[in-house]
Amino acid sequence: MASNSRWKKSLLNFFHLEHYWKHPLFSAVRRTGQRLARGLRQWSHSLSKAATATRLSELLLIAAAVASIGLLIVVPLASVFVAAFANGPRAWWEAIAHDPDTRHAIWLSLTVAPVAVAFNTIFGIAAAWLVARFRFPGRTLLVSLFDVPFSVSPVVAGLALVLIFGRQGLFGPTLATFGAKVIFAWPGLVLATTFVTLPMVVRELIPVMEAIGPEEELAAVSLGANGWQVFWRITLPNIRWALLHGIVLANARAMGEFGAVYVVSGHIAGATDTMPLRVEKLFQEYRTPASMAVASVLAGLALVTLVAKVVIERQLEAESKELEAARASDAGTDPTTGGDLS
Amino acid sequence: MSIGVHGVSKSFGTFQALENVSLDIPHGTLLALLGPSGSGKTTLLRIIAGLEGPDAGRIEEDGQDITNRHARQREVGFVFQHYALFRHMSVFENIAFGMRVRKAPAAEITSRVEELLHLVRLDGLGARKPAQLSGGQRQRVALARALAIRPRILLLDEPFGALDAKVRVELRQWLRRLHDEIGMTSIFVTHDQEEAFELADEVVVMNHGRIEQRGKPDEVFDKPATPFVMDFLGNVNLFHGRVENGRAFWHGVPIDYPDYPHAQSRPARVYLRPHELDIARTGTAAPGGLGGALAAAAQSLPATVVRLTRTGAMTRITCQTGDASHELHVDLPSAVAREIAFQPGDSVAITPRHVRVFLPDPEYVI
Repeated sequence: MASNSRWKKSLLNFFHLEHYWKHPLFSAVRRTGQRLARGLRQWSHSLSKAATATRLSELLLIAAAVASIGLLIVVPLASVFVAAFANGPRAWWEAIAHDPDTRHAIWLSLTVAPVAVAFNTIFGIAAAWLVARFRFPGRTLLVSLFDVPFSVSPVVAGLALVLIFGRQGLFGPTLATFGAKVIFAWPGLVLATTFVTLPMVVRELIPVMEAIGPEEELAAVSLGANGWQVFWRITLPNIRWALLHGIVLANARAMGEFGAVYVVSGHIAGATDTMPLRVEKLFQEYRTPASMAVASVLAGLALVTLVAKVVIERQLEAESKELEAARASDAGTDPTTGGDLS
Repeated sequence: MSIGVHGVSKSFGTFQALENVSLDIPHGTLLALLGPSGSGKTTLLRIIAGLEGPDAGRIEEDGQDITNRHARQREVGFVFQHYALFRHMSVFENIAFGMRVRKAPAAEITSRVEELLHLVRLDGLGARKPAQLSGGQRQRVALARALAIRPRILLLDEPFGALDAKVRVELRQWLRRLHDEIGMTSIFVTHDQEEAFELADEVVVMNHGRIEQRGKPDEVFDKPATPFVMDFLGNVNLFHGRVENGRAFWHGVPIDYPDYPHAQSRPARVYLRPHELDIARTGTAAPGGLGGALAAAAQSLPATVVRLTRTGAMTRITCQTGDASHELHVDLPSAVAREIAFQPGDSVAITPRHVRVFLPDPEYVI
C-alpha cells in the first residue's frame, strides 16, 4: 500500500496534478471510477455465488444482457479503436495531424459545435423560463414544438434550411445581395446543428425549473433584486447542473451530427467538412485507416461526454434529493441548536 | 407606515380571488387575515407586496398611491409560506441578499447580518446552508432576511403553517414581541383562528374574496357579524328555527330577539356556542329546587345526555334533544362536570346564556 501511494504521489508530482487531484470534479470522476470497480467486484462475486446458488433464468437474463450490450456496443466501439491504431499510434497521429483536410474538419467541428451549443443555451434558458414561469394560451403547443427537431429526420431539417436559405430559397437571393452565404458555408452548418440540438437544453431545464418553483425568485424581487440579479444570483445557481447536463448532451449531439449537416454543407473538403462528414468521405475513398482514426477521435469525445454525463447526473440526483429533503423537513424540529426563543 | 387598500379586485381566469376589497391598516398594527383556503387572503397579501397586480383598485402607503410601484421598490418584507430560502446560499448570504443587491458596504452588511442573527437567536449558524436547519430555524432565517432591508411593512404568508405545534406556539409569542420591539406594520395570513386571535391586534375574516368582518379578536369572537364568521370560528351548535314577533324559536323554546318585531314568521339560523350553555339535571332535582325553577321559568330545552368527552380542562357533553332529532354539545369545565357527575341517559335542561340568530338575506326568501 505504501509503495502504491508513493508511486501515486510521484506521478502526481510529475504531471503537476496535485491541485486537480483535489478538485471536486476530478475527485467525482475518481469516486465514480472507484465505485465502478467496486460494482464490478461485487458483480463478479455475485456471479460466482449465483453459479452455486443458481437460478437458471437469472443466469440466462444476465447472459443475454451481456451478450447484446457486448455485441451492439462494446465490440463495435472497441473495433473502431482497434482499426484506428492497427498501424500503431504514429500512423494514427499522422492520419489526424498531417492531413490538412482532416485537421480542418476537426477544427470546423470544434468551432461549429460550441457556437450551436451557445445559442441553444441562451434559447434554452429563455424558453424554459417562459414555459416554467408563465401561463399563456398556446403554452402546451409551444412545448410540443420544442420536440419537432427530435421527431423530424435531420435530412428533412437540412433540406428545409436549403429551401429557406439556398440560392433559389426564400431568403437566399436577399442574402446573396449582401454577399452573405449560408448554405454550403459555416453559417449553414451552425444553423443545421442548432436545429437538431434545439430541444436538448430546454427539455432539461423545464422540469427542473418547475420543480424548484418561482418562490425563491419572488423572494429575491421582494428583497429588491432586478431581473439580472435574480437570474445570475438565484435562477442560474439553482439550475446549473441541469443546464450543464443539457449542454453536455447538446454538445455530444452537435459534434456527431451527420444528416442535417450533410445536406447543407456541400461537403467541400477543407472548407465545409465536419468530423463526421470527413469520416464518411475518407471511408468512401477507401482510406479506411484514416477514416477510423478520425472516427476514434469522435468516439473518444463520446466517452468523455459519457463520463461528464455520469458525474453531472450524480450531482443532479443529489440536488433533487436535497430538494425533497428540504420539503419533507419543513415541519421538522431540531431543538439542539438555536431553538431557544425565550 | 399605514396601508390603504381601496376597492381591489383580482381574478385568475374565471376564479374571482378578490372582489372589491377595501381595508385601512393604521401604522403599527399587527393584523391577521383569517379565512379558509381560496378566500383570497394570500392574494391580498401578494397584491400589497406588489407580487401580483390588482385588476382594479388602489394600494396606498401613507396616503400615497403605490399601485404601480414595482415589488422591488416597495420596501416590503415578505416571508413566504415555505420560506423560499436561497438554498445554494449560506444563512449569512441569505440574510445579506437584500443589502448586497443594494450595494451596501461589506462592513455594514456583516454587522447588520450579525445583529439580525442575534435577533432571531441564530448566533453562530451563519455558515450553515438552509438544508441543515430545522423548520423553525428556517422560518427565523426567512424573517431575518425580510427584516434586513429595514422594511416599513412586514408581510407573512402562513408563517407558522409548516411547523409542528410546540414550535408554532413559541414562534408566535416571539413574533409578537418582535413586532412590538420593531414597531412596524405587520400583516399575516392564516387559516388558524387560534393563531389569529392570540397574535393579532386586529383580525380580518375573509371568504370568497370578500371581507366578512373586521375587528379586535374579542369583537370578532363575541359578535360574529355573519353566519360565515360564526361557522368558520367553529365549534358551534347550529339549529334551523323561526323568528316572529320579537322572538326566535328554537325547538319550540322561545328566545328574545328584538331585532325582528314583525308578525310575519321567517326561517332563521340559531347559533349556540357550547360554552355559553347552562346545563342542569332535571330528573333528580327537587321540584321546587333551583334546577327545576330554571327549567320552568327560563327558556330551556329538555335533552338527554349521550356521552361525555374530556378534552383537557374542559369536558364536552353531547346531548340529544327531546325528540332525538338533533345533537348538541355543551362545554363545562372538567371540575364542574365531575362534581355534577353527569351520566349518559340523564335527563337535563339546557339553557342558553347567549344566542345568535341570523336571518337569511331577504332576497333569498320565498
